[in-house]
Amino acid sequence: MTFSFEIPLLLLLIITAAGATLVKDLVSAVFLLGSYSFFLALAWAWLGAVDVAFVEAVVGAGLATVLFLLTLFGTAPRDARIDREPFSWPALIGLPLLGVLLLYAASDLPEFGDPVSPASQHVSPFYLENSLRDMRTPNVVTSVLMDYRAFDTLIETVVIFTSGMACALLLRRRRT
Amino acid sequence: MIHVYDSVPVLTLGRVLIPLTQLFGLYVLFFGQYGPGGGFVGGVIFGTSMIVSILIFGHDASSSRLARTVLHGDGLGLLIFAGVGGLCLIGGGEFLNYAALDVPGLDDAARRYLGILLAQIGVAVDVAVTAVSIMFSLSVETEDEDVHAGTP
Repeated sequence: MTFSFEIPLLLLLIITAAGATLVKDLVSAVFLLGSYSFFLALAWAWLGAVDVAFVEAVVGAGLATVLFLLTLFGTAPRDARIDREPFSWPALIGLPLLGVLLLYAASDLPEFGDPVSPASQHVSPFYLENSLRDMRTPNVVTSVLMDYRAFDTLIETVVIFTSGMACALLLRRRRT
Repeated sequence: MIHVYDSVPVLTLGRVLIPLTQLFGLYVLFFGQYGPGGGFVGGVIFGTSMIVSILIFGHDASSSRLARTVLHGDGLGLLIFAGVGGLCLIGGGEFLNYAALDVPGLDDAARRYLGILLAQIGVAVDVAVTAVSIMFSLSVETEDEDVHAGTP
């Protein structure tokens, strides 16, 4: 495992995430968040989760940026600047401690791609072996989402529909 | 209300790129069973292409007519998805058990394939319509002021 690609990518992720929270201009924060999504999509693709990378690039970098910008132009003046509080000492001490704790806990996670980890032992072999035979679908992600776990996907579709309805009911006003 | 963006390169590129984006969205949707992608991503790409069309050409342009028509289809995708499940019930199986789809001349695997495809179309329609609908909801508020700069 080489680190020549990982480390610049993770550095860029950290820089864009920190920039999005630290920058004073809201429009710049939105664009930094979009570029963060692009780097995150690269990270997913590098880890082999191409479907997740696709969704992250399209939704996180494309759609969410547009919706954020529209919200911004609809609510705030063009050059909205934020006055941020200076750092508080409890956060400066507590958050690195939390990070160390999480790193300590992460050492207990199974190795990446470990065949005997619990996640790849329960139902995953069944899906991988039977997807092509049962539904002629080589992409196992699609067959899991759309057939084995179709009820989950149906309820997620209901969630998306509900969000659209809620936005329309709250924001759309009849012209007077 | 978003008006047409007054820039020749943007307008020209929009005319070329928006149909290509829609074509790519359809490709992602219908080849989701062979490669990465599927209903959700295909729907988002298609919806985003319509949003970009509105951002570039404005609410009133003829090329935004598709988006305005699509807006009336809220809930249609959900109906398609749940309707496929209901057809499975009518065919004598469980809800969303695509093997029970009553299509003559197909074996179980081909029926499941067809069911997955129909359900993906349902998801794509739902997501695309919702994206355009949220975009309309967010952008109608700005019409009374001079901040219709939704086109950065």
